Amino acid sequence: MLLLNGERHRAIVAGLNVTGTVALVCIAVILLGMSGAGTREVYRLGNWPAPFGIVLVLDRLSALMLLLTNVLALATAVFSLARWHRAGAHFHSLFQFLLMGLNGAFLTGDLFNLFVFFELLLAASYGLLLHGSGIARVKAGLHYIVVNLAASLLFLIGVSLIYGVTGTLNMADLAARVPAIAAESRGLLEAGAGVLAVAFLLKAGMWPLSFWLPTAYAAASPPVASIFAIMTKVGVYVLLRLSLLLFGEGAGASAGFGSDWLLWGGLATTLFGAIGTLASQDTARLGGFSVLVSSGTVLAATGMGQVGITSAALFYLVSSTLGISAFFLLVELIERGREPGADMIAVTREAYGEEDETGEAEEDVGTAIVATMGLLGVAFIGCALVIAGLPPLSGFIAKFALLAAALNPTETHQNGAVPGSGWALLVVLIFSGFATLVAMARAGIRIFWASPDRTVPRVRVIEMAPIMFLLIICAAQTVLAGPVIRFMQATAQSLHAPAGYVSDVLEAAPEGSRKAEGK
Amino acid sequence: MELVLAIGIGTLAASGVWLILRPRTFQVIIGLSLLSYAVNLFIVAVGRVRSGAPVLIAKEIGDVAKHADPLPQALVLTAIVISFATTALFLVVLLASRGLARTDHVDGQEPEA
Repeated sequence: MLLLNGERHRAIVAGLNVTGTVALVCIAVILLGMSGAGTREVYRLGNWPAPFGIVLVLDRLSALMLLLTNVLALATAVFSLARWHRAGAHFHSLFQFLLMGLNGAFLTGDLFNLFVFFELLLAASYGLLLHGSGIARVKAGLHYIVVNLAASLLFLIGVSLIYGVTGTLNMADLAARVPAIAAESRGLLEAGAGVLAVAFLLKAGMWPLSFWLPTAYAAASPPVASIFAIMTKVGVYVLLRLSLLLFGEGAGASAGFGSDWLLWGGLATTLFGAIGTLASQDTARLGGFSVLVSSGTVLAATGMGQVGITSAALFYLVSSTLGISAFFLLVELIERGREPGADMIAVTREAYGEEDETGEAEEDVGTAIVATMGLLGVAFIGCALVIAGLPPLSGFIAKFALLAAALNPTETHQNGAVPGSGWALLVVLIFSGFATLVAMARAGIRIFWASPDRTVPRVRVIEMAPIMFLLIICAAQTVLAGPVIRFMQATAQSLHAPAGYVSDVLEAAPEGSRKAEGK
Repeated sequence: MELVLAIGIGTLAASGVWLILRPRTFQVIIGLSLLSYAVNLFIVAVGRVRSGAPVLIAKEIGDVAKHADPLPQALVLTAIVISFATTALFLVVLLASRGLARTDHVDGQEPEA
C-alpha cells in the first residue's frame, strides 16, 4: 500500500488521485477481509527480524482504520473535484501524501516509524490547511503548525526516553519488555510514555490541549476539514493501541498507567466540545466542536479499559467520524446559499430583536429548488442524527452500546456495582448528545426555515454524492449492526490480549514465505 | 562531559520554550529551532554518551560493548531532517502571514495598546 502511494505521489492529475483512492479502498477492503479471520499479517521492511528491523503490522484495528480512512478519502477526493481542487496548487499530491501518512501511521509497528509517518501526514496537513489561502487560513494555520511542531518535539522526547529505558522501539518488543523493567527505571519509562501521550493527546484534541482545533477546522476548506476528521482519530488510535499494548493487564506494576487521565480527560473533552457546539454560531465551528465530542468520548472509553466498552467505542468512532466528515462537506453546500455576513446579520437581529426583512431578492439559479433544498435537508438531518446519536442511525446504536457496556456491572466490576466512571460517562454522553442536538436543530432551523427569498445553492451531483455515500455507510452500519459489533468485539478482545500481537510480530516468518502484496 | 551536555540541553530547551511563548513570529520560529536542537541532543544523550567510541564496526568485529549505540544517531538524523523540513515550511507560512496581515504578531493583528 505504501509503495502504491509512493509511486503515485507525483501524480497531480485529479483522475489519478481518485483512481488511487479507489484502489486504496479496494486494498483496504481486501486487507480487512484478511484480518477478519483473526490472523495478523506482518510485513518486514528490509526483511530484518522484528526487534531490529521496521515492521508493518496489520491486525483488525489497523484494517478497520485503514478502511475508514480510505472511504473518507474517496468521498473527499470526489467532492473536491467539483471545485475545491482548483483553489490552490498541488491539492492532489498533498492529498496523497496525507493518505500515505495516515495509512502508514495505522500500519506501523514501530514507534520511530510512527513519528516519521506522523510528520508526513502533518506536513501534508499543513499544506492542505492552507489550501485556498486567505488570511483566516494563514492565521489558523500558523497556530496549528506551531502547536504541532511543539507536539512533535514532545513526541521525540517521549520516544527517546522510552528508548533509553528499554533499548527498543518496536511496539511488540516494548510490550514484551515492559513487565520486566527494573523498579528504578519504571518512573523514567512512565515519564516517557506520559510525554509521548501528551503529543498524541494534542493530536486527538483532548481538552486542555484542544484550543487550536475548532478554529483550524473551521478555517480549512471543506474537503480538507472533512479528511481532517480522521486526523484526531490517529491520535486516538495510537493511544488505544499503546495503552492496551504497553500498559494492559499484563504490564506488571505499570498496568493501567494513565488510564484515569484518559478517562477524565476524555470526559472533560466531551463536555468542552458539547458546550462549544452550543456556543458556536458558525456551522463549520460546530463541526469542529463535534470532532472534540467524538474524540473525547472515545478517549474516555479507552480509559475505562474494558473489552465491551472498547468495542462499543470503536463502533462509535467509525460512525461519528463518518457523520462528522459528511457534515463538513455538507456545511459548504449549505453555506454556499447564504450571503456573506448572513450569520452576523442573524446575530445582530437576535440581539436587537429587530424583525427587519433584509431580503435581497436574488433570482434563483436554474436548479430544481425543492429537490436541492430537500436533499440538503435530508442530508443535514442524517448528519445531525448520526452526530447527536439519535435513532434510527448508527450514532444511536454506538452510544447505546457504549452505555450498555459501561453500565453493565458484570463487565465493569465484580461486586455488581456500577463504578462512578460509568455514571459519569452516562451523564456526559447524554448531555453531549443533547447539546449537539440543540445546536444542530438551531442551525438547521436557521438554514432551512429561513425566509423563502434566500438563494438556493447550486449543488452538483458530484458534490452531493459523497455526502450521501457517507450517510449510506452510516445507515448500512445500522442495518448490519450485528456483524459489525461482532467484528468490533473480536477487535477489542484481541486488543486486550496483546500477547498474540507480540508473538506474531516477533516470530514473523522471513519474507518469501509470506504474501506481501498490497503494502 | 555529561554535566556540560545536560546544562546545554537544559539551556537550549528553556530558551526555546521562552521564545515560543513570545508573541512575535520570528521569536517563535527561533524558539522552535532551539527546542529542536535541545531535543536532538537529548536523543543522542539517551543513547548513553561515550567519547571516542566508534559507531560502526570498522574492520573486525570486536567487543560490542566498546561501540556506541548506532540507533540513536540514526534517529537523530531522521529527526533533524524532519524538523528542519517542517520548520522551513513554517517559515513559509510565517512569511505568508506577515505579508497578508502586515504584522508579525502571532495572532495576525496587533494587540490593543
